[in-house]
Amino acid sequence: MKFDTARLIWIIGYLVLAPFIGGLLEGFDRKISARMQRRVGPPILQPFYDVQKLFNKQTIAVRKTQFSFLIAYMVLMIFTGAMFFGGVDLLMCFFVLSTAATFLIFAASVTNSPYSAIGAQREMIQMMTYEPAVLMTAVGFYLIRGTFDVDRIARAGSSAIVVLPGFFFAFVFILTIKMRKSPFDEAGSHHPHQELVKGITTEMGAKNLAVYTITEWYENVFLLGVVGLFIVNRNPLSYIGAIVVILLVYFLEILIDNASARVRWQTMLKMTWGVTLLTAGVNLMMLMLIYR
Amino acid sequence: MGKVKRSPWLLHYDGSSCNGCDIEVLATLTPVYDAERLGVENTGDPMQADILLITGGINEQNAPVVKQLYDQMPRPKVVVAVGICACTGGIFKDCYNIRGGVDTTIPVDIYVPGCAARPQSIIDGIIKARDLFQKRSDEHDEYEKTHHGGAGEEKING
Repeated sequence: MKFDTARLIWIIGYLVLAPFIGGLLEGFDRKISARMQRRVGPPILQPFYDVQKLFNKQTIAVRKTQFSFLIAYMVLMIFTGAMFFGGVDLLMCFFVLSTAATFLIFAASVTNSPYSAIGAQREMIQMMTYEPAVLMTAVGFYLIRGTFDVDRIARAGSSAIVVLPGFFFAFVFILTIKMRKSPFDEAGSHHPHQELVKGITTEMGAKNLAVYTITEWYENVFLLGVVGLFIVNRNPLSYIGAIVVILLVYFLEILIDNASARVRWQTMLKMTWGVTLLTAGVNLMMLMLIYR
Repeated sequence: MGKVKRSPWLLHYDGSSCNGCDIEVLATLTPVYDAERLGVENTGDPMQADILLITGGINEQNAPVVKQLYDQMPRPKVVVAVGICACTGGIFKDCYNIRGGVDTTIPVDIYVPGCAARPQSIIDGIIKARDLFQKRSDEHDEYEKTHHGGAGEEKING
């Protein structure tokens, strides 16, 4: 592979900017949520204040290995995003994403806390739930573009969403699970005072929670990047369209989050697989008839 | 070093109270008073909490629980006693199983009187607590610098 400056700029841009974009998006999330509930809400920069505070607190860890697992989670997540924005294989990105999630499960289950254990088990159920839609996304892109390379998918003549509306819907649907929003915030309840006590992050304090939070920001930017991949094409103007669609999708997630209560995992599994099958599955069948 | 006072996370524990103060604590988080605009998050996890908010007096049964919650919170931390029962034992003071206020079991920093304490005075208590939290944090950083490797990484015993 020859050296490509544009790729390097994309990768460095992701590494440097993703935490800021992710943090800002969370800040807007909290502000918009507050306004939806007719509250004033915290400042936009609140997520950054939280992380800064977490780094200033004493770290108490029941098992010190938790920090190593969280670092592995973070490194793999950054790796996933860097590969995606570097324009490498989309399928490989999704595989590394799953590996990263596995390290999060290790970090949660290493402590033996019951809340943390429930969170880790539910995280596994969540993975089982969203994985078909994620893989289908990669399959959809391959069918219409003949390649998994993000680089070449993004340089196609038309937007992928035109022929992949079902795949797009399925991916946005599982975004609710990946972003840990109601009604699918099974592993870690979206609000910390609920019966799960944040589930998967119960035993993470101070520095560990800060690492986890920053990793979530990296992950969110990567996932929204995949949403954008449905829109972008050879035309530079399509990137503006992609940003608009990403913001709309993010607003939709906030709206869903505020308008729904958490469902049981059985319901989540049935709904998600049903939606994946009906939208991405039907779209896939139509594609196979057209793109023979 | 950093401005930690912008992000005080609360842990609310209900001692042997009549629930009047608890309802007022929850009221401070509702849209009318909205404590979240100060960066407050109501967490149920002592490991992530900065300010321990206790309502109601301490009796023989909940004393070990309060002590354990306090011990599980990472430094720097602040304790706020909300309501007259948490301050002194209040109307339950002379009951056979009541030890008295929260300060009979753990050190209390801020006392918020009232029966029940009004949301306005609870928010005032939180603001005083977060200033103290900032001060403690600065002292904690100073301690970290002078005692290198001593206080940062610590295991809970038992």
